[in-house]
Amino acid sequence: MSQWLPIADIAARVNAGELQAVDLVAKALATIGEKAEYQAIITTLDTLAAARAKEVDATVAAGQPAGRLAGVPFIAKDNFLVFGSDTTAASNILKGFTAPYQSTAINRLEAEGAICVAKANLDAFAHGSSTENSDFFTTKNPHDIDRVPGGSSGGSAAAVMLDMAPFALGTDTGGSVRLPASFCGAVGYKPTYGLVSRSGVVAMASSTDVVGPLTRTVDDAALILDVMSGVDVLDSTTIPRDSAGYVGLEGSLVGKKVGIIKEYMSEGLDPGVKACIEAAIARMKAAGAEVVEVSLPTLPAALAVYYIICPAEVSSNLARYDGQKYGYSTANPADLEDSYSRTRDEAFGDEAKRRIMIGTYVLSSGYYDAYYKKAQTVRTKLINEFNTVFEQVDLLIGPTAPEIAFKLGANSDDPLKMYLTDIMTVAVNLAGLPAVSIPAGTSEGMPVGLQLIAPQRADRRLLDAAQAVEGILA
Amino acid sequence: MPTTSVRDQYSVTIGIECHVQLKTQTKLFSAANNDAREAAPNTLVSHIDIGLPGALPVLNLHAVELACRAAFALGTVPQKFSKFDRKHYFYPDLPMGYQITQFDQPIILGGSVIIDVDGTPKTINLTRAHMEADAGKSTHPAGKDYSLVDLNRAGTPLLEIVSEPELHSAAEAKAYAKELYLRMKYAAVSEANLYYGNMRFDVNVSVSKTDIMGTRSETKNLNSFRSVEKATLYEVDRQIDLLESGGTVVQETRGWDDAKQKTLSQRTKENADDYRYMPDPDLPPVVLSDEFIASIKRDMPDLPDDYRKVMADIGIDAKTTSDIIAVPETAMTVKRVYEAADASHAKRIAFWLLQPQSDDDEADVVTDVAQNDEQLITLSQMVADNRLSSTAAKEVLAEVLKTGADPEQVARDKNLIQVSDEGAIIIIVDQVLSDNPKAAEDVRNGEMKAIGFLVGQVMKASQGKANPALATELIKKQLNS
Repeated sequence: MSQWLPIADIAARVNAGELQAVDLVAKALATIGEKAEYQAIITTLDTLAAARAKEVDATVAAGQPAGRLAGVPFIAKDNFLVFGSDTTAASNILKGFTAPYQSTAINRLEAEGAICVAKANLDAFAHGSSTENSDFFTTKNPHDIDRVPGGSSGGSAAAVMLDMAPFALGTDTGGSVRLPASFCGAVGYKPTYGLVSRSGVVAMASSTDVVGPLTRTVDDAALILDVMSGVDVLDSTTIPRDSAGYVGLEGSLVGKKVGIIKEYMSEGLDPGVKACIEAAIARMKAAGAEVVEVSLPTLPAALAVYYIICPAEVSSNLARYDGQKYGYSTANPADLEDSYSRTRDEAFGDEAKRRIMIGTYVLSSGYYDAYYKKAQTVRTKLINEFNTVFEQVDLLIGPTAPEIAFKLGANSDDPLKMYLTDIMTVAVNLAGLPAVSIPAGTSEGMPVGLQLIAPQRADRRLLDAAQAVEGILA
Repeated sequence: MPTTSVRDQYSVTIGIECHVQLKTQTKLFSAANNDAREAAPNTLVSHIDIGLPGALPVLNLHAVELACRAAFALGTVPQKFSKFDRKHYFYPDLPMGYQITQFDQPIILGGSVIIDVDGTPKTINLTRAHMEADAGKSTHPAGKDYSLVDLNRAGTPLLEIVSEPELHSAAEAKAYAKELYLRMKYAAVSEANLYYGNMRFDVNVSVSKTDIMGTRSETKNLNSFRSVEKATLYEVDRQIDLLESGGTVVQETRGWDDAKQKTLSQRTKENADDYRYMPDPDLPPVVLSDEFIASIKRDMPDLPDDYRKVMADIGIDAKTTSDIIAVPETAMTVKRVYEAADASHAKRIAFWLLQPQSDDDEADVVTDVAQNDEQLITLSQMVADNRLSSTAAKEVLAEVLKTGADPEQVARDKNLIQVSDEGAIIIIVDQVLSDNPKAAEDVRNGEMKAIGFLVGQVMKASQGKANPALATELIKKQLNS
């Protein structure tokens, strides 16, 4: 059992004066301290959080409503800019960088009374599937300290399952919210592309980056999405939220047509994971869902497409970290060129360098058509296949990852093997679809995540179904 | 310098890229103030302009409107679909490591302008024009081991207008630059102040003795019409000299040294730059509706060609027209007077307001006087009624422009109203005739030259106030009677 009530209940009790925000913040920070060995956290925001908590309590004491998330502590992945706090993206090149402005997602949560208590570890610049690419340290899986928590939002997922806070924020570019949710047994929600503003979030691959919550329950995820979502003038790619919002879910599978993704259930899938997914599907049928098998022939190409488009955008987005304005800058360079190359050589980790090189290559004239342009063509084909499938079914279902959390260091020497961890999540990002990973039992004592996918902007439909599935699997 | 006969063996090909700063309140992708003229360095900078982590560009719609206006001013229509791309290179005044520009789908394709060199109109076609964000400004203090970067200009909206290589002389290059200037100014796309670098020209020049175009040089950042002309002349001669002495022209970027009046090599393009263009995923494509485009077209102000027609209707010659149009405020006044009064008033006022134009950056010395059309027409009417001489009118005009005072009052105060009272003038005429019997006799004998002398004497005696036409008439009348 979690030490935290459902988020809506916490806020209600804070607003009623039954719980104090200062106590909730203290409890969160104390838990972070107790669970330090898991290394989920990069920085705690003790002073900022305590001050915010006092404000919330004062508001309540003055008889004013303190918001739908009043006094609720949360943890943000360290690629979110939180005003006045260090924001490193777990990279040496941003070590010591203090955010002079704040991300829209954090602003919206704070406006409803939520309090950011800490910044969570990640693979540096969100490049990875295990947090082992963090330039600082590796986060450990809450269920087995010798295993990875998944990534890149591994610190956020671990923090929630270690009970450090009722929810955490992650970002999902190729699976970075869903995968650690799957490995840690959390609910990881990846909204439709553009539903939550990217303003103030360190960019990885801009065309697939999306902000998403990590929680213990679908209801909690829905509430957080409800608060964060919608058009933001600071992000031109944002879209309007569902007019019905995302709370007050109906949670029924009766009459829902669910497609099992054939390509995700075939070779390479761990038998233990497969068994969990099949058991879940059986229960969904029993609960009234109509389940059919569907195929998306281009799906096997998704990972290759992703690992062209993503590095291309990464190489561009990382160009600003040049040692001339903020963050790390090499000492005593001979000249400008030397300053650039040494700063970037010294402060970028191997994975960032790998992606910069791949991205630079695929965007070079003479290679652009063969790689980047072709990848975009296949991406369009994939999107069309999803559209066609969604004419037949309401939702798609499959595993979130082909395996359970692997042992620390198991994939460290083989980037390609590490990339394969994302094989079931990246297609969703390429198509901008909403998807969620919810816990669906265990294999070898480790959590297994079930992935549900919906058409673009059908986030409400997805959350409804996820809540129902969560109910029947409980 | 090549001799004329050598120069004549070469054909010259010139294409010009012109960067126009769009007249917006804020930058192309941020809410920072766009007017960097007098601001202290790095004070007009937002989190977007400095390229902070997580900062996203937000397109300034006013910049899009101005670019659409530019399309009409350049004789074409804006593209309904255009998009932004990232152009990558590292430099300290480019904070994001890429410039946001429009690569393969710009907002303007085609278009043309007409230039007039020596009375022969010639159409210069345009390849394209695209929106982009300017970089910051780097300075490299002499003898120091550091450079300075000012990001106030970073993110300023630019429209880059690219001509086809259809210019063939320095005079044409200059005329083209001027015509672009006028169109951008009249269409209110840009402040178009060359002194502040609101328009900058990159001139691509090549020479060849054959039909195959020669290797070109690009002289960048020319910020006056004269430097466009001089740099082009210099490049043509330099390249011809180089080829004549057995050398080859290398493709390179050059700069214009105004003090030395020569171009200097800045960067040799040994390897083609690879900017790794890619669509900017932070910015949705710019999709313009028919209604939007129609509304821009409807609100287009009059353009230089519209004013040229007006001047022709008024009966003003081409050279004077060009001088008038060089100062938009004057052209607008003349047009308004023509519409409110008539051609003769408009023409008279046009010549009054016409300022002697130096042959160069007239653009930068625009008069700021408030011209009150009604006062100008009143003044013009006084001349038409013979109540003011042309000379006196100019004196009154200067005062009116300076103080805004009533022309009638100024003329009275200065005692410049012409005497057109026959009785008063006859007295003076009679006195002049009796004082100058020899001249009077000459006129009587048909030597009409002498009449000018007598009129002069009348004017002198009247202290310039006598109406000279009336004086002439009365002299003739008295001598014939």
